[in-house]
Amino acid sequence: MEVLFEALLDAFGLIIDLDPELRAIVGLTLRVTGIGLVLAMVLGIPIGVGLGLSKRIPAAGCVVPLIYTGMGLPPVVVGLFVYLFLSNQGPLGDFRWLFTPTAMIIAQTIIALPLVIGLTLTAIQSIDPMLPLQVRALGATRGQLAWTMLAEARLGLFAAIVAAFGSIISEVGAVMLVGGNIAGETRVLTTAIVLETRKGNISLALALGLILLGLAFLANLVMYRLQVQGASK
Amino acid sequence: MGQAIYALENVQQNYDGRCVLDIESLSVMQGEVLAIVGPSGAGKSTLLRLLNFLEAPFSGSLTFDGETASAEMDIEQRRRVTMVFQHPVMLKRSLDANLHFGFALRGEKLSEELRAEWLQRLGLMGLRTQAANKLSAGEMQRVALARALIVEPDVLLLDEPTANLDPANVALMEKIVREENEKNHTTIVLVTHNVFQARRLAQRTALLIDGKLIEITDTEQFFEQPETEQTAAFVRGEFIY
Ligand SMILES: Nc1ncnc2c1ncn2[C@@H]1O[C@H](COP(=O)(O)OP(=O)(O)OP(=O)(O)O)[C@@H](O)[C@H]1O
Ligand SMILES: [Mg+2]
Repeated sequence: MEVLFEALLDAFGLIIDLDPELRAIVGLTLRVTGIGLVLAMVLGIPIGVGLGLSKRIPAAGCVVPLIYTGMGLPPVVVGLFVYLFLSNQGPLGDFRWLFTPTAMIIAQTIIALPLVIGLTLTAIQSIDPMLPLQVRALGATRGQLAWTMLAEARLGLFAAIVAAFGSIISEVGAVMLVGGNIAGETRVLTTAIVLETRKGNISLALALGLILLGLAFLANLVMYRLQVQGASK
Repeated sequence: MGQAIYALENVQQNYDGRCVLDIESLSVMQGEVLAIVGPSGAGKSTLLRLLNFLEAPFSGSLTFDGETASAEMDIEQRRRVTMVFQHPVMLKRSLDANLHFGFALRGEKLSEELRAEWLQRLGLMGLRTQAANKLSAGEMQRVALARALIVEPDVLLLDEPTANLDPANVALMEKIVREENEKNHTTIVLVTHNVFQARRLAQRTALLIDGKLIEITDTEQFFEQPETEQTAAFVRGEFIY
């Protein structure tokens, strides 16, 4: 018990001192997760809106279950496929992306994408089905209609973004597989926690864990604030 | 009477292979108030969607101000027509933002005076910052009328605009509709179940049954000396479906 307490104190010390190794790990984590999230949003939000607004979803009833399956896909399986694609013998092997942050970004984008599409779709579908016609009747172009629907679904969209962020920042298996947890190159919060715990560096592992928790909390706090604001409006 | 702003020839609309609208010929005159009455399911709302270019007719020709209406029609033309729907849906924004919406779409800014004038006219001044989607049904209906009229359309389509309202608000809505028609010469197509409302507001009245135009004539004549037995029965309130 005392050991744990000391480790916790040390952990706070490390965070307050802004330990350079710690800083590098947090920096890379935010970069990889941030880029992965932005890519997933850029690809996923238009797809989700398109599916939500189209009356007949293409390949009727097949696309949506596929997306929902993707939302529950084990990340480590995604990691495995990305690994196979990027490995020397894989179709994208020539790019030499394996064990680089690029590989991790690819994996995280793929993990986040079904979440963003699925939750965007749900958010768009929760809008009153009679609204789009009324918006067009007031003089909206197609583009303005899509934009208005996005604005109407804004709470659901924020939820999608926060959920995707939470799922990829806390993900270990895929980034470990395709990134390799190389110090100073592909080591992120989650993989570092695994390593430092194994090495017995409990203080550092705890510090990393606290930061991870803090980031996840921050994302949810923002989400909650927006929801409360939206509900009272 | 002036020129026709809409001309329909042999316009049919089909849903799932079923013909719900079949109009041989219909003209809507510039600046008139035309009432369309008829039983539920007659195709009244469908006709308004066509007049608002929200769907293309299955067959036949629909022209607006001499131009054939189509999905590729110029947005500036489309914006000359607005509609108040049977069940208005508000944007999840303030009442103010809902009033401003038509202007925002047109890349224009709603002046403070105009906004105040409309809030005043509809007795909504105290509610301007309230979330529009939390208003009462009657308040929403008034906001829907204001947000459709505030952009000064050439044609206003009204689908049962007073179905949820108490008598005082019905009178208010009718007053505004009449004023817009008289002052701005806004052409108005009014769908209503209420034959008395048609009589109060419209210069001409049409009866639509099963997608077919049974009779269209001056309102006075429609009620006093209808040509068809169906119209007479509908006016007496004893229409057999
Ligand atoms: N999008 C649609 N798909 C399939 N059928 C439709 C659609 N819209 C309308 N219909 C059908 O077309 C017919 C006419 O409907 P419409 O809404 O125009 O009637 P209405 O005269 O406005 O009736 P009410 O007075 O009850 O509003 C109805 O039988 C309706 O079921
Ligand atoms: Mg109707």
